[in-house]
Amino acid sequence: MSELTQPELTHLGVQAIRDGVAAGTFTAREVAEACNAAVADASALNAFIVTTPDHALAAADKVDADRAAGRELGLMAGVPIGMKDLFATNGVQTTAASHILEGFTPRYESTVSQRLWDAGAGMLGKLNLDQFAMGSSNETSYFGDVVSPWRRNGSTAGLTPGGSSGGSSAAVAARLAPAATGTDTGGSIRQPAALTGICGIKPTYGRCSRWGVVAFASSLDQAGPMARSVADCALMLQAMAGFDPKDSTSLDLPVPDWSGALNADLKGKRVGIPREYRMDGTDAAILKAWDDGIAWLKDAGAEVVDISLPHTEYALPAYYIIAPAEASSNLARYDGVRYGLRDLPQGANLQDMYAATRAAGFGDEVKRRILIGTYVLSAGYYDAYYTQAMKVRALVARDFAEAWDKCDVILAPTAPNTAFALGEKLSDPLAMYLNDVFSVPASLAGLPAMSVPAGLDPAGLPLGLQLIGRPLDEQGVLNAALAIEQRAGFTAQPDRWW
Amino acid sequence: MSTYRIHGATGDWEVVIGLEVHAQVTSNAKLFSGAATTFGAEPNAQVSLVDAAMPGMLPVLNRECIRQAVRTGMAIEAQINRWSRFDRKNYFYADLPQGYQISQLYHPLVGEGSLTIEADEKAGIPADKVIGIERIHVEQDAGKLMHDQHPTMSYVDLNRSGVALMEIVSRPDMASPAEAGAYLRKLRAILRYVGSCDGNMEEGSMRADVNVSVRRAGEPLGTRTETKNVNSVRFVMAAIEHEARRQVDLLEDGGAIVQETRLFDPGTGTTRSMRSKEDAHDYRYFPDPDLLPLELDEAFLDECRESLPELPDAKRTRYVEALGLSDYNAHVLTAEVETARWFEALLLTSATAQGKQPAEVAKQAANWLLSELMGALNKAGRTPGDGAVTPESGAELLALVGKGTISASIAKQVLEGMIATGDAPGVIVEREGLKQESDSGAIEAAADQVLAANGDKVAQYRGGKAALFGFFVGQTMKAMAGKANPQVVNQVLQAKLGPAGES
Repeated sequence: MSELTQPELTHLGVQAIRDGVAAGTFTAREVAEACNAAVADASALNAFIVTTPDHALAAADKVDADRAAGRELGLMAGVPIGMKDLFATNGVQTTAASHILEGFTPRYESTVSQRLWDAGAGMLGKLNLDQFAMGSSNETSYFGDVVSPWRRNGSTAGLTPGGSSGGSSAAVAARLAPAATGTDTGGSIRQPAALTGICGIKPTYGRCSRWGVVAFASSLDQAGPMARSVADCALMLQAMAGFDPKDSTSLDLPVPDWSGALNADLKGKRVGIPREYRMDGTDAAILKAWDDGIAWLKDAGAEVVDISLPHTEYALPAYYIIAPAEASSNLARYDGVRYGLRDLPQGANLQDMYAATRAAGFGDEVKRRILIGTYVLSAGYYDAYYTQAMKVRALVARDFAEAWDKCDVILAPTAPNTAFALGEKLSDPLAMYLNDVFSVPASLAGLPAMSVPAGLDPAGLPLGLQLIGRPLDEQGVLNAALAIEQRAGFTAQPDRWW
Repeated sequence: MSTYRIHGATGDWEVVIGLEVHAQVTSNAKLFSGAATTFGAEPNAQVSLVDAAMPGMLPVLNRECIRQAVRTGMAIEAQINRWSRFDRKNYFYADLPQGYQISQLYHPLVGEGSLTIEADEKAGIPADKVIGIERIHVEQDAGKLMHDQHPTMSYVDLNRSGVALMEIVSRPDMASPAEAGAYLRKLRAILRYVGSCDGNMEEGSMRADVNVSVRRAGEPLGTRTETKNVNSVRFVMAAIEHEARRQVDLLEDGGAIVQETRLFDPGTGTTRSMRSKEDAHDYRYFPDPDLLPLELDEAFLDECRESLPELPDAKRTRYVEALGLSDYNAHVLTAEVETARWFEALLLTSATAQGKQPAEVAKQAANWLLSELMGALNKAGRTPGDGAVTPESGAELLALVGKGTISASIAKQVLEGMIATGDAPGVIVEREGLKQESDSGAIEAAADQVLAANGDKVAQYRGGKAALFGFFVGQTMKAMAGKANPQVVNQVLQAKLGPAGES
């Protein structure tokens, strides 16, 4: 038996668990049991749609047996994780937090989750999210809001864990899981990471296979890890990434040893500060954290340069054309014909069945985006919206391409605000969409980007800083994030109230 | 210029026809999935996760389908676009699992090309005519609804879902049903030569959307209708005839043509409205974000070009110029790739068997194939492809005739035996004792008997009735059971009878 208590085990990160299991300090089973117990105890957070304790235990037992037999252990050996319920998991319900897929159990496994299992990870359960990953607060889930483990000082009001990977951020921040998968279309890894005081990286588009991930906006969707340290993110990303012939947009490149090459010495590196990101309406605490970040990176040896990304203000409107356009088409397959919900009223014809099924199966936000997407692709509007948005997208990408002449990595806030109260922005979709203002440009350009904790605001809520890198330069992003992590000294964690 | 006109009450009308042909690409796997494409499989036996559009599934392009489409484009001498892209065509239907068809609207794989239909006086095509082809793009087929499986519900068979199609879009260059028919047959022949589509219209491997409009001579194009999914050459021609007549009648009655989609009813030979332009889908085409643009390199194009066979037009010219065949024979022999293949195998083995150059036996082989073999096979209800007669056995038969072992008439009998039994001609000749008799002794004996038994006719012949010579030949041949060498019979009889009218 380990000398660590169950709560102590749940506070360990990915690397610590992997190394502890390998060294025999504790068994993988002990870790899985500790995490399973923490998950079972945290139903108030509503972070999981289904829990899979047996999956976690079976994976742990296999790792323990492998170790006993002297077999080589994988990158994630003995690490139980949470799986965002957007990844298809063989034999385990996969819903995208929607009613239309409620009860849908795939008989296939997404490439990314399979890679994690192959690396020795186990699954604690399927994590809640915004329905079809559409949302920034995890309030659009058919299975209820996820409640952040964080609260404002002296308040018991429920806060958002961010979205769409809100179950992931809540579970990792609350020490239910050392790490979780996320997906990021316009900020869905970075923003929830920022709002819950954890790390999350969206790699370069094409690094992680999209095969088996329920599609939201194909040209933007990227999977990535969410964990409590930069090193853990590097390790887990290494296990998730890699070429997949089943995804035509997957990059046929070897996966670098990001974890082994982590280096916080930024001598000779130039950090760009985009002036267009100084926007009205950004929290003062966030601007202060940004200034702190600049100082920390200088301290790490980097040169800080002022840069311009002139098309930034057009990025968000372009994103909210392109992503819904793709979504309106991607979600057409949920029609009640082959799987998932079917609502077939008495005497209904095919059109009636489509209408009834989709009316009942999709939530309001999903319907809103399908409507927007259908509209912008319609005859007579296509050029004015979709074509224009694609031009903006090219210009945004060009802004970045030109910036790389002046800098190696870009530092910016992750989100314009800290965690807000559940219900606060739900009735105002535009206010909600503005949460993505800093994260969307890197998504449109397909660049690697990461959020790392930088401190707490006066209310005691976490602040995140975003690092954006050149295409394929996850290492540069991770290194700069590591330099911030080492200087920010972020050790805060939510007080347990659940 | 086609002289085809619809004769209306108020005068003559020209017909303008364009065809969009959907040709199933010959490939073991579907366009974006590894599922099989065999015709006639159990419903839903050939459906992958991608074809059923399960959540999170992604398309991966099958290069073989692209290769076939590029080769087809080269065969119609079309522009091959090195950069093309796939678009989604969005609409809801139960046979379309994704809710969109992956197609190519904005940047098709193959651009402008053409094919030539041949002059056919009888069909009203006075001269060869070039028909423009606007483009060929590659797209997915949909599944199939089955309405006869359940009293109140429809079933869906997704076997065809995702199968690769080439959509071959002609210019509105055809002016009569006959030209449309000739275009379809020529296109089908080219596809089958190239091997990119089996052209089997009964199995749905090839079907056409027929665009028809009418106008008075010299007037601009009229409003067209599109008759969907017509699945035989005959039906396409019938649909055009009916549709053109319907449009003329409507216009002459003061009506207007509505741009609409129509359906052809093979039972009645008529077309009926399916949906009008107002009800037309807004397909919301946009580039498929799951697929990268398709870029082709020179090596790929070279490979496609080098793998192209000799095509019907080139073959036909060669048959006339190098083999000395008639235009007609060359046309018939090259119209179908199987016939041409059969003929060339026959030609080669025949030349070898007779120790001659192919050009020296080409006429013999062509005539025998087109008149004797086709006739005999037709009579027996067989086809050249079913193996009753092979080019090798045909060549053996021709060699037997060429060497004088059997006569041409006996050859017909041997051929029937080959078709009936599948035995080699040499075996049949031996077994049935059909070897030609060239021994003049035996023939003389037979001739003597004939002359003796027909003294009156001999007298008439000698009296000047020269035409009776044929009678003596026939009788002598009959006495020899058809096996006598006709040349020897001629010589013997001439020697015995002398010239007619001299006694």
